[in-house]
Amino acid sequence: MPYDYRPYPYTPPKGLTTPEDPHKVIIVGAGPVGLAMALELANHGTASVILDDNNVVSVGSRAICWSKRSLEIFDRLGIGAKAVEKGVTWKVGRTYHRDTEVFTVDLLPEDGHKMPAFINLQQYYVEEYLIEQALANPLIDLRFKNEVIAIDQTEDTAHVSIRTPDGDYGLRAAYVLACDGARSPVRAMLGLDFEGELFEERFLIADIEMQADYPPDRRFWFAPPFHPGQSALLHKQPDNIYRIDLQLGWDADPEAEKKPEKVRPRIARLVGHDDFRLDWVSIYTFQCRRLARFVHGRTIFVGDSAHLVSPFGARGGNAGLQDVDNLGWKLAAVLQGRAAPSLLDTYETERSFATDENIRHSSQSTRFITPAEGVETAFRNAVLSLAAKAPFARKLVNSGRLSTPCTYPLNGPDDARLPAASAPGRVAPDAPQGKGWLIDRLGREMQLLAVGDVDDPDVGLPVLRPKMNDHIRARYLGDMAAATYLIRPDQVVAARWAGQPDPGTITSTITTILEGRA
Amino acid sequence: MTLITEPNLPDPDGFYARLLAAHKGLSPDQSQALNAELILILCNHIGDPAVIEAALALARK
Ligand SMILES: Cc1cc2nc3c(=O)[nH]c(=O)nc-3n(C[C@H](O)[C@H](O)[C@H](O)COP(=O)(O)OP(=O)(O)OC[C@H]3O[C@@H](n4cnc5c(N)ncnc54)[C@H](O)[C@@H]3O)c2cc1C
Repeated sequence: MPYDYRPYPYTPPKGLTTPEDPHKVIIVGAGPVGLAMALELANHGTASVILDDNNVVSVGSRAICWSKRSLEIFDRLGIGAKAVEKGVTWKVGRTYHRDTEVFTVDLLPEDGHKMPAFINLQQYYVEEYLIEQALANPLIDLRFKNEVIAIDQTEDTAHVSIRTPDGDYGLRAAYVLACDGARSPVRAMLGLDFEGELFEERFLIADIEMQADYPPDRRFWFAPPFHPGQSALLHKQPDNIYRIDLQLGWDADPEAEKKPEKVRPRIARLVGHDDFRLDWVSIYTFQCRRLARFVHGRTIFVGDSAHLVSPFGARGGNAGLQDVDNLGWKLAAVLQGRAAPSLLDTYETERSFATDENIRHSSQSTRFITPAEGVETAFRNAVLSLAAKAPFARKLVNSGRLSTPCTYPLNGPDDARLPAASAPGRVAPDAPQGKGWLIDRLGREMQLLAVGDVDDPDVGLPVLRPKMNDHIRARYLGDMAAATYLIRPDQVVAARWAGQPDPGTITSTITTILEGRA
Repeated sequence: MTLITEPNLPDPDGFYARLLAAHKGLSPDQSQALNAELILILCNHIGDPAVIEAALALARK
């Protein structure tokens, strides 16, 4: 059954008739990032207005792979369980050369985590679930068919001009969050460059519906018999939908290649029959680009508007959600007067670091999949041919390195005798806690984790004492008997001490963070 | 480890002849493919990034 794209209702905004009071936050764009942003701010008690030029969810599936970290974030936004229940859970990626399997990766080899390594779920479902939450949240004012057409900013406020079916109006806010996607009109309004590279290659991306019993594994082929000389990808989604990517070459004619009479035989060769329905077909050329800076006065760029990657590695939407995770608590703390505005600069430095890592991985994968003529092709083919002969070469096969959160380069106190998995800058690793999970008890506010034989530090922060088990020991203690962790509201480890830290050290670490010096 | 740039092959002329023999009868493309595999195999054998870096620098000099 094709997805039912129901339009959401448009209501003429108040501002059309009477000027509205200034808002705290205006979010431009109700894609996954803008919607998640509003929900995350609401979790931190901050209200926002979302403006979207459209009134339906993402047409065509686009993003399908949502990472463990995204699922943990979704959980805090109220859609984690629903997404996992509807989605196809997977963790194994298989890469083939011709018809031999040359590389297999297990993306979450250990147990003791609430969320799986990945689920596949069509972007339209994710947006539908987020919209449902946003519409029910009193702190969120979601306005469809409100297109942002101009933006002006002064030192302490931003003014946005908006076009609706009933005419134009204006709004003011302390901050504007540009979540308006890869083509970001806000970026253009501010005259900003989007620097990076375009890969001279075309890909056919199709979602098909068929009855099949394929495994949930991600399967990627280099030069398979059914698509000679090019790459192919097949991945399962809910509702009997399968994602297919086929490399076409730079010379392919994008208009002709989109026609069903061209597409169907290509897909039939892959799946071995013609008994399927084309759900969505598109021809893509991929790019890796970023803004040099994400914070421009009162306007902050989040998600695809700030950075763009090719989809190999699923680092687009997943990175956007990590932006949200990073910015939400900081912006709320600044607006509520609990932190200095310079805290927002750490959104830029931390997510900039993550962006460079994502772009590096996704460019390297794209380059491996689409090598330039000459020596690049020679090395790529040498790796594939060696992979069948020698184990070392399998590690060089690159069909996409799938999204995992980066380790932020934080300089909070650390003790290297504690496990690497919970080092400062990393997302606090999950662990089972009776019938529940540690991750469910972390986040939203700054807190301390007292592990093992230590007293509760008395610094005015909530202290969580996890129940001891093998997972807690392995992930938070290693060979130490006790440890104290300072966890940020985004569940990132800010600092840690083996044993009992001096309360003064903890307080000064918190001050450093809130002043944006960490 | 540092990159060895002093003579290290027991039989230099024999090695050279062996290298050419491995390419015998190959087209330029096939030779490039063989060289690429050979480089990957040897780099993996060396492993040490500093040695590989020094070798790349010497080759590009
Ligand atoms: C083929 C393909 C496969 C992908 N696969 C994955 C994957 O598996 N996993 C993954 O994580 N990511 C994937 N991505 C990337 C993912 O789709 C994007 O990263 C994600 O959509 C970005 O979300 P966003 O909210 O930043 O932008 P968008 O989803 O583009 O949303 C932007 C919103 O802003 C609105 N807007 C634009 N201009 C205005 C304006 N002037 N006024 C008001 N509103 C405006 C738009 O209507 C839209 O609703 C894939 C992308 C493609 C193309």
